[in-house]
Parts: sequence; structure tokens; C-alpha cells
Amino acid sequence: MPALPLDDAGPYVAAAYLVFVALILIYVAIMASKLVRIARQLGELTELLDRRRRRDGELDAEAEEAVSR
Amino acid sequence: MFARGLVPLSIASVVLVVGAFALVFFYAPNDADQGFIQKIFYLHVPLAIVALCGFMAGGVWGIRHLRDGDRAHDLRSYVAIHLALIFGVGALVTGSIWAKASWGHWWLWDEPTLVSFLIVFLLYACYTPLRFSIEDPERQARTAAVFAILGGAFVPLNFLAVRMAESLTHPRVLSATGGSMPGSMRLTFLVALAGMAVLFVTLCKYELTSKEASMKLRALRRRLADDEDAAWTPTRRSAAPQQL
Repeated sequence: MPALPLDDAGPYVAAAYLVFVALILIYVAIMASKLVRIARQLGELTELLDRRRRRDGELDAEAEEAVSR
Repeated sequence: MFARGLVPLSIASVVLVVGAFALVFFYAPNDADQGFIQKIFYLHVPLAIVALCGFMAGGVWGIRHLRDGDRAHDLRSYVAIHLALIFGVGALVTGSIWAKASWGHWWLWDEPTLVSFLIVFLLYACYTPLRFSIEDPERQARTAAVFAILGGAFVPLNFLAVRMAESLTHPRVLSATGGSMPGSMRLTFLVALAGMAVLFVTLCKYELTSKEASMKLRALRRRLADDEDAAWTPTRRSAAPQQL
């Protein structure tokens, strides 16, 4: 394994490769924030559906009660 | 629709990029002329090539969108150009670092290769503001497709013009005759190029999948909100396509 020459060129090479890694990490972080937003919206939709289901259930119960009366 | 093959592609990206970096630092010899600083070549050149190919791919998807009006092609064109811009930033910054280390300057304005790439990059930097400036989604997609096609045609023309121009400082390493690289350097370069290309495709698929999921969620939310008094926010004005 060759020794890495960390003299004059070393910092420049390290900087170039770090720029690449940073770009990818920033991109992944932005994608992750979008994923979090999608997950939050999914949660809201699930809550909305649950609420609707509960409301429909209550209406059905009221209708059944009215019929039995 | 877009998520097919995402897992194998992701694994291939990691393997190829990590493999390429390993080859760069542990296999490819130091350049006889430039020494260790030439290692930037394996990052800078693939980034630039993939960015330019991404711009052209955006043009190809633009043609397909104009031909059949499929909104998915508009989305593909948008994502390809968006990612090519990110790779372009990488190519510009890594090139600038290499220039400083090799030539003593961050930028040379009399060098055709550098300036032409900057022109292409700045041209495409106008793509997103152009999309954002048009509210009507149909018109936005059509105008963006025309822009992507014109820009995509400009890329190879620009490349040819630079090839024909006399290079002052920037080296011409790659050529039709195989270039002047020894086998180990060429293998490393090809693996790095393949890694960048696969990474580009993978990130494109990630973004396409994410955008598709957002669009489906928005459509579902709209359908549910039609007969529900739940507060839902209407679609914000955006540069990205909002519907498939």
C-alpha cells in the first residue's frame, strides 16, 4: 500500500474528494427531509381516514338505533 | 413506476464508487508529471462527463415529452437536469481545486474548456427559474422541454468546438485513439466513470420515486378533502412537475 503523500498535494486532493462526499451527503439530507414530509403527510391521511371511519361508524350506530326504535 | 431496480442500483453505486476510490488511492500509480494531485482527475472528469450526459438526457426526455405529451417524461427531464447541475457543481469545484494546485490559479478565463463548461452550467442554471416563472403546468412542461432540447443540442456542439479550439493549459487526456493513459490508470478511470454514471442513475431514480410518492399523496389528499372539511393546502407554485 503506497504511503499517502500528505505534503502540498494532499490537502487539495482531500478537499476535492470531500467536496464530492459533501455534495452527496447534502443531497441525501435533502431527500431525507422530503421523505420525512411524505411520512408526515401519510400520517395525516391515516388520521383523516380513521376519523372518517369513526364518524361513519357512529352514523351507522345511530341509524341502527333509529331503526330498532 | 420509478422504483423498480432501485435496490440493486443502490448496491451497484456503492460498490462501484467505493471500488473506484480504492483503485484511485491503492492501485493507480502517481502521475509522472503531476504526481499525487492527478488523483483529482478520477473524480473531476467523470463528474463533468456524467453532468454533460445528464444535460443531454434531459433533452432526450424533452423530445419524448413533446412527442407524446407524457408528463412522466417531463419529470424525468427535470430530474436529469437537476442532478446534472449538482454533478456540474462538483465538476466545477473539483476542477477549480485541481487548477489551484496545478496551475496556481482557481480559474483561468482564457481556457476554452473551463469557460465552455461554465457557459453550459450557467445556461442550465436558468432552467429551474424558467420553470418556476411559468404557472400553467402544461405550458411549463412544454417550454422546459424546448429549453432542454436546445440546451441538450448545445452540449455536443460545445464539446466539439472546445476539441477544435487550441488548448492553452487544460490537458487533452482522452482521445479517439485511446489517450495517453497507461492500463492501470485507464482501468481506474473507467471504473470511476462507471461508478459516477450508476450513481447518477440511482440518484435520478431516488428523486423520481420521491416525487412520484409526493404526487400520489397529494392526489389522494385532494380526493379525501373533496368530501371532508379537513384543511388541505393547495399545490404551491413549483419549478418541479406537480402531476403525472
